Amino acid sequence: MTVLPYLVAVWIFLIGCYGLATSRNLIHAVGCLAVCQSATYVLLLAVGYRDGGTAPVYSDIKPGSRPVVDPVVQALTLTDVVVGATVTALLLALVMQVSKRHGTVDPDELRELRG
Amino acid sequence: MTRGVRLIVLALGGAGLAALLVAACLDLPGFGGTWHPYGDRAVEASLSRRTANAIASVNFDQRAFDTLGEMSILFASVVGTVVLLRQTRDEKRGKPEPEEVALPVRRYALIVLPVAVLSGLYVIAHGQLSPGGGFQGGVVAATALHLLYLGADYRALERVRPVGLFEVGDALAASAYVVTGLAAVLAGTAFLANTLLPYGTFNTLASGGTVPLLNAAIGMEVACAAVVLLARFLDQAVEIEKENGER
Repeated sequence: MTVLPYLVAVWIFLIGCYGLATSRNLIHAVGCLAVCQSATYVLLLAVGYRDGGTAPVYSDIKPGSRPVVDPVVQALTLTDVVVGATVTALLLALVMQVSKRHGTVDPDELRELRG
Repeated sequence: MTRGVRLIVLALGGAGLAALLVAACLDLPGFGGTWHPYGDRAVEASLSRRTANAIASVNFDQRAFDTLGEMSILFASVVGTVVLLRQTRDEKRGKPEPEEVALPVRRYALIVLPVAVLSGLYVIAHGQLSPGGGFQGGVVAATALHLLYLGADYRALERVRPVGLFEVGDALAASAYVVTGLAAVLAGTAFLANTLLPYGTFNTLASGGTVPLLNAAIGMEVACAAVVLLARFLDQAVEIEKENGER
């Protein structure tokens, strides 16, 4: 099955969306968003994989002696992880403020906007 | 919208999206294939600039401008969190109480602390050679400091972690990245082009031109950003309380 890793990424993304839509707690929703985002890590790394490949780091292998996986998608994944962490931090800060102002973190109870 | 209706809408949309995504996956080049045109060229460019870690070369040389954007996102999110989690008018700052820590926890936390900080700095310094780099090492070094919170208490952490200094460090590191980029412009090439310094000897600390400099700037930025972010969240949990005394 050469498409299985891609399908795993699709499944992780969809399960994260399901969690987001049915969430009853904003902290849980932030966690679900992180799950959605981790689908992109799986997809990127799967796209860059090469059979029998090792890490594209030449400090202990001779250049050209072994196939290496794609360094471009690995760098993109690193960017992705950093952006994911910052988004999570900012959203958790927002959740703290929501909880202080409204006294709840259930999105269904946050129907009307209050100043 | 009731829960039932929402679930039906979700099922319909999810099924459509799943069908589209699966169709797209079936059309992708097979997993593990040998056709990686960008990867091959990135490795070639990295070796020609004597950077042993091809990923560091992509991040801090070939895509250095994108890393500038990434760093700005991190910086903006720190600023946003500092603004969101500030002490408001109806809150006061309580003194953190000294806490009892189980002796084994205290002992192991304090033994591991210097090792962890050193590992973080090692990972930053060898970013252009071995796996890791500024982003990873910065997080290791910053979280290592917080072992002091586990091993001693919040007051001990506050003594070794003047948040104001780390905020200044964050801004300084971000500007160091931009200044390194501008130095290339002054030298007559493009912004953030890796032509400023000699490429050095392959697989030594001083190789890769400006890669180690940008890597160190990112390491400092990430370490300071993580310390400031964690400090804001810990302040909310430990120090800041409502006027009537509840957290």
